[in-house]
Amino acid sequence: MRSATGSHSGTGAWLVQRATALLLAFALPGLAIHFLTAMPLDFDGWRALFAPLWLRLLMLLAGVALALHAWVGMRDIFMDYIHPTGLRLALYLVVVVTLAGSVAWLAAILFGAALWRGA
Amino acid sequence: MAKRPVYLDLFRIHLPLAGWVSVLHRISGALLFVAMPLGVWGLSVSLSGEDGFKRMADCFSLPLARLFLLLLVWALAHHGFAGLRHLALDVHWGVDQQRARQSSVAVLLATGLVVLFAAWRLFA
Repeated sequence: MRSATGSHSGTGAWLVQRATALLLAFALPGLAIHFLTAMPLDFDGWRALFAPLWLRLLMLLAGVALALHAWVGMRDIFMDYIHPTGLRLALYLVVVVTLAGSVAWLAAILFGAALWRGA
Repeated sequence: MAKRPVYLDLFRIHLPLAGWVSVLHRISGALLFVAMPLGVWGLSVSLSGEDGFKRMADCFSLPLARLFLLLLVWALAHHGFAGLRHLALDVHWGVDQQRARQSSVAVLLATGLVVLFAAWRLFA
């Protein structure tokens, strides 16, 4: 059995960090161009930007990649600087809850009914 | 065994440029982690309706909010450029000292240009 602070998860984490980095390197500039070239906007224009399905899927994909990427990065930082095991695991939990919550919330915004209410 | 000197006083260590780029990569990454839930919250409010959109727009008309936005632009730009540099180092491109220094300068310059452009768009 692997211990909670086991040392054999490094290669997988390294690969996840690199793969998500590459994805974000393409997705984020693309999304930035999509949004920034449309500015300035009123509310209807802003909401219309989110209408294309591909855009919402790309945002969710980028959100998931960002969460995985941030998880590996924050884990690295805590492994380097937070040495008491209990405190480190507690901080891991805070990071995981924050990131998972952010992604779930993003999915609810992008695919929930609120975005289309009155549209 | 002789006791080896350990210089962990950050103010006594002279970091090479690549070291600064690396430290800033970490700091900007932590900042972006904090920004993620904030960004999702802002997106949620701005799409919640006319009122929410206006609240967000009013918020970002404040100079302090724009300054915070500029800080996030810096973090994203530095993290992105320094990250691309790390990917290049992963495949052993530019590992020798001279090119590592040159790519560090390039990261700082490219980040500076992005921040200047963003500052112009946000404040001019």
